[in-house]
Amino acid sequence: MNITKGKVRSWARLGQRATFFANAMPEIAKENDDLMVLTADLAQLSNLGRFAEQYPDKFLNVGIAEQNMIGVAAGLAMEGYTVFATTYASFIAVRDLEHVRQHLSNLNLNVKLIGTAAGVVAARSGVAHWASEDITFMRALPGMMVMSAADCVEAYEMAYYAAEHKGPVYIRLNGVPDCPAVYDENYVFEPEKLSIIKTGKDVAIIGTGLMVNEALKTADILEENGISCTVANMHTIKPIDKDGLNKLFREHRLIVTMEEHSIIGGMGSAVAEYKATLDNTPRQIFIGFPDSFTKAGTPQYIWEQFGITAPQAAERIKKELGF
Amino acid sequence: MCIDTSAENASRLRDMAVRMRKMALDMALSAGAKGAHIGGGFSCMEIMAVLYGEVLRLDPANPLSPQRDRLLISKNHCTIAHFPALVERGYIKEEELASYTVNGSRLIGYPYDPEIGLEYSGGSLGMAISVGVGQALSAKKKGLDYRVYVLMGDGELNEGSIWEAFMSAKQFGLDNLTVIIDRNHLCYDGTTEDVMQLGNLTAKMESFGFNTINCNGHDIKELLNAFVCISNNGPNAVICDTVKGKGLSFAEGRPEWHQKAITGEQYNIALSDLMEGKVI
Repeated sequence: MNITKGKVRSWARLGQRATFFANAMPEIAKENDDLMVLTADLAQLSNLGRFAEQYPDKFLNVGIAEQNMIGVAAGLAMEGYTVFATTYASFIAVRDLEHVRQHLSNLNLNVKLIGTAAGVVAARSGVAHWASEDITFMRALPGMMVMSAADCVEAYEMAYYAAEHKGPVYIRLNGVPDCPAVYDENYVFEPEKLSIIKTGKDVAIIGTGLMVNEALKTADILEENGISCTVANMHTIKPIDKDGLNKLFREHRLIVTMEEHSIIGGMGSAVAEYKATLDNTPRQIFIGFPDSFTKAGTPQYIWEQFGITAPQAAERIKKELGF
Repeated sequence: MCIDTSAENASRLRDMAVRMRKMALDMALSAGAKGAHIGGGFSCMEIMAVLYGEVLRLDPANPLSPQRDRLLISKNHCTIAHFPALVERGYIKEEELASYTVNGSRLIGYPYDPEIGLEYSGGSLGMAISVGVGQALSAKKKGLDYRVYVLMGDGELNEGSIWEAFMSAKQFGLDNLTVIIDRNHLCYDGTTEDVMQLGNLTAKMESFGFNTINCNGHDIKELLNAFVCISNNGPNAVICDTVKGKGLSFAEGRPEWHQKAITGEQYNIALSDLMEGKVI
């Protein structure tokens, strides 16, 4: 479908979840007979109301039973369906982990897990609703593709990609209404490739999810201080784009990874695992959640507690570079 | 579904179960000191014989036929009963059974391989029923008339997500789904009632909306009659009262025989009991 300026604006207002489920999925359903979308009593929250009305035969609510949802998705996929299953990212990646491992990963089934409210979007709901280790768990599973959307345009593109891609995919959506737009209507989504948003010489900041926007803000601060930055969006965390990383490692003296996620096993770890196999690569700064939880509050408050805001990231980078 | 409950058919299936028991003893012996899952294998031997010998609509020559019935083995630690049934039904040759403990063989480690009738890769308990719900739902949506059977142990009913799946089977009107429970009254650490009581299991299943049938899981005739009672009104549960380690006099009803090695002497005792008609 044709993405217009107006759509980008209205999607940003709606947020990633609504863009994905209220805009992309109904269009995908139109073209895909063997599609099923499963929710665990979060149809309204996930903006699936319109989809459920338009495509009642392609929609299934399993109730507040997230584990059963994964098994049912597996059974449907074994019978030829392309299945999208969604709930909070924390539930789908943590509570459901064994079902995901045993069924989707082990049997390589065509199920797309859409984890919503990733990071600390559900800030005031407390730790239970934060997804801070989902990337760690999901990328450890053999055959599981792991993606994380920077904005609504990317979330929209990922829905189409996942519907076509055969095999299990985990898509991490974060952002509630008023998700900052990183891309415009001309964005060309290239799966499995780092998206380079701006190019500089000194520091390469790799962001994922909402942290792509924060990385751009970090770069702005650093450039006021005369530090030239490349900003890359790692929307596909697994498989990792080795060629894209090689270029960043070659052309910069510092690598920074920024994620709204634990630094243990997340996107930064994925970068570091690859980097460790190479000689003569730059140092890396991990911007992400430390090995702790924190008190609840607004997302901004939590980001500040964890030290992942643009000003905090910029300070750490300046210090590392001796500014 | 048409079940032949005649005496001749029961006798044929009894002979099949005896052959399977013999194969299972050979497998257990061949496993050597590593041991085999004796208890839960021998408790479901007649259930397997009735399923593969009579109930399941299968076509081993066309193993992936969309019309085939699906059997998911949830209590997966019973391959010494399952694999002999696959031999009887023509999916694999008897000679292959010895490979079930051989590194890298297609029978080791509870693999998924529908080409040889292995419709599910289990091992971690309580998970297959959700998959069965998905497959039964798919049949409804696609207008296919295959049935889905899930063989479960009683111990694994402790797992919580099973009850999520039971609820959904009723909610989604899955009259094409049948749960078969091998009620052998034992889990790893003792009796199911001592470790985590199941209480009135029939009442539990009925309260979840299952048409529930009870039978003696070692009595071929009772098993056949149970499957005759499968209803087209809601999901079905067949609770089979069984003995863990059935047919191995030294192992019957003893939790430590969940997984254990048998000696040559024990093999001979079990085999002669079987051949003398003392088992079934």
